Amino acid sequence: MTGGPGGEPVIRLSSAAFTYRGPPPVAALKPTSMVIYRGEHVAITGPSGSGKSTLLNLLGLLDKPTQGSIEIDGIDVGAAPERERAAVRAHRIGFVFQSFHLLPYRTSIENVMLAQVYADEPRRRRYASAMAALAEVGLDHRAHALPTALSGGERQRVAIARALVNRPSLLMCDEPTGNLDTATTLELTDLLGSLHRAGTTLVVITHNPVVASRAQRQIAIRDGELAEISRVTPQPATGAPVPLPGAGATGPPPAPPETLPPADRAPGDEDTHAFPEE
Amino acid sequence: MRFPRSRRRPGAVPPSRLRLRDLGSEALAGLLQRPGRSALTLLGVMLGIGSFVAIVGIAQTASGQIGKQFNVLQATQAFVFDVGARQSSHPAVDFPPDADALAERIHGVVAAGIYWPVRFKQAAVSGFAGGFLASQHSMPVTAASPGLLAAAGVRLVTGTLFNQFHETHAQNVAVIGRAAAASLGITSLQGQPAIFIDGQPFTVIGISASSQRLPQLDVGVTVPASTALRLWGAPAQEPAQMLIRTRIGAARIVAEQAPVAIRPDNPTLLKSAAAPSVGQLQHNVSTSLNSLFLTLAGIALVVGAVGIANTTLVAVLERAAEIGLRRALGARPRHIGIQFLTESTALGLFGGLIGASLGVLTILGVTIYRHWTALLDPRIVVAAPVAGAAVGLLAGLYPALRASLLEPADALRR
Repeated sequence: MTGGPGGEPVIRLSSAAFTYRGPPPVAALKPTSMVIYRGEHVAITGPSGSGKSTLLNLLGLLDKPTQGSIEIDGIDVGAAPERERAAVRAHRIGFVFQSFHLLPYRTSIENVMLAQVYADEPRRRRYASAMAALAEVGLDHRAHALPTALSGGERQRVAIARALVNRPSLLMCDEPTGNLDTATTLELTDLLGSLHRAGTTLVVITHNPVVASRAQRQIAIRDGELAEISRVTPQPATGAPVPLPGAGATGPPPAPPETLPPADRAPGDEDTHAFPEE
Repeated sequence: MRFPRSRRRPGAVPPSRLRLRDLGSEALAGLLQRPGRSALTLLGVMLGIGSFVAIVGIAQTASGQIGKQFNVLQATQAFVFDVGARQSSHPAVDFPPDADALAERIHGVVAAGIYWPVRFKQAAVSGFAGGFLASQHSMPVTAASPGLLAAAGVRLVTGTLFNQFHETHAQNVAVIGRAAAASLGITSLQGQPAIFIDGQPFTVIGISASSQRLPQLDVGVTVPASTALRLWGAPAQEPAQMLIRTRIGAARIVAEQAPVAIRPDNPTLLKSAAAPSVGQLQHNVSTSLNSLFLTLAGIALVVGAVGIANTTLVAVLERAAEIGLRRALGARPRHIGIQFLTESTALGLFGGLIGASLGVLTILGVTIYRHWTALLDPRIVVAAPVAGAAVGLLAGLYPALRASLLEPADALRR
């Protein structure tokens, strides 16, 4: 097994590929291997049609790989029956979408509580945990507002609260700032950063370089291949402290780059990261 | 506020679920999202179920009314015909002299009596014995046993009816109808007025009012059967027959038993008939009256079902993103399917409930307007919403299947 730079793997892709059944068949994702460790903040970037969404759908168990395997928390979910994949989605993955996907007729807290239905949270506990999740994104004061009464940034915060409420192993964000203006994008990026510092494992698909630059790792995808993997220095919000794992985080997250300059790292480190040898 | 972090071990992930209560509230929320559309959708089922209930109820009420009208007369009477006399070459009466008493012994009989019309070659009834005042009236003369007057329900204006004494002694007494009395110039029984029938004097002992069962008695003269037999012999063209008044519901059974009871030695001489029973009448009425309307209601129901199917299908397509979201939140395909199935079933159920209520109101309106007694089988009121729900369930099957088969990745892209 591969021991990452601290922490256990949350997601492991082993030669996973996805081909849209034709005609003609389109290889949206070529065989790919990579590992995302607990506590990591990973950005996946790439132009439209590069296979970003396909990768996200595979990582989020919304699609099954046509070959290879996917493990989440050590469970092989690539070929698992839908029952098991749905259970993993309900309990281990939180989704944040570009278009928010809030139900327009429900208040913020009702939208958050929807995630608890399928995770089978007891009804009497739902309100309190949904309110706690809203408080975490700083929106508990808008708990009873309809999405139509919220700004874009607020809507995305509600969506993040919904993704967090079941305490997933992984937060999967698909262009989370795609529908937001620059100022709101920065606010949201700060929120994601603070969630990461509190211990959340983040996978953010984006083509916004500012958003991507906050990640510890950037994975570029082009024509269905992970073409470039770079470790960048995270740029925390102005005046923000050096990112540290939140108290109570499970396992040590990857060491912050400030304490571990890239030069000190083994050259093959990133490759090991992305293409662990089996 | 710090959120507790997960501390997860590989393996045991509890399955995702959709509890019954959550299913109910999610489905209801789905319907209430678009209340206008939901209302319009259940309109079809509402109309179908409503017209079913209204048609069945009005039919039951109407046949109840028809039954009521028949109840009063036909359902409580039976006739026994003298078929032996009809077939024989010479005039005869095949009823024994004590036929009334024999018939009244049958369980369920209130009164029974025989009668036949007495025919004369020319008008035979006169108020005077002779002279120029003795103009002849052509009014019907009926020979009747005393029991007949009771069976026919003859009521008196004044005087008395003839009885077994008059019958036994074949006395020349007569009961005349009110109309006949007027044309004969008899207004009072004081002084024992007499009339002449075919030259024979008869004492008028009673003036009768009306008889619903034998209206011909009102305009004519009724004399004891034995007297008629003694004076004019057995009837030739129109043989005697017996009218039996029974208790409600007994007519058919009494009719079956009467020939044997009256002529146990040769029951084939007599033939009996009763009015069709109330139940049979109601059945005939409802089937003939309603098959067309029930067909129309059925069509309305089918249209309603198609409406639900259509709306649910549109909702599935329209709510694809919601379906994708729910799948991303951990819903299994069956959770999605059963939610839409519940929504369509609820639509049908509500349509059935409202339709049944409107149907009952329609029945009430019609019956109040017609001054009828409203009749409705309570089972129909209970069955109507169930039928509506069944229609909704059937209509939702295909859309629910479509919804459950949506790929979450595709659905989220919409």
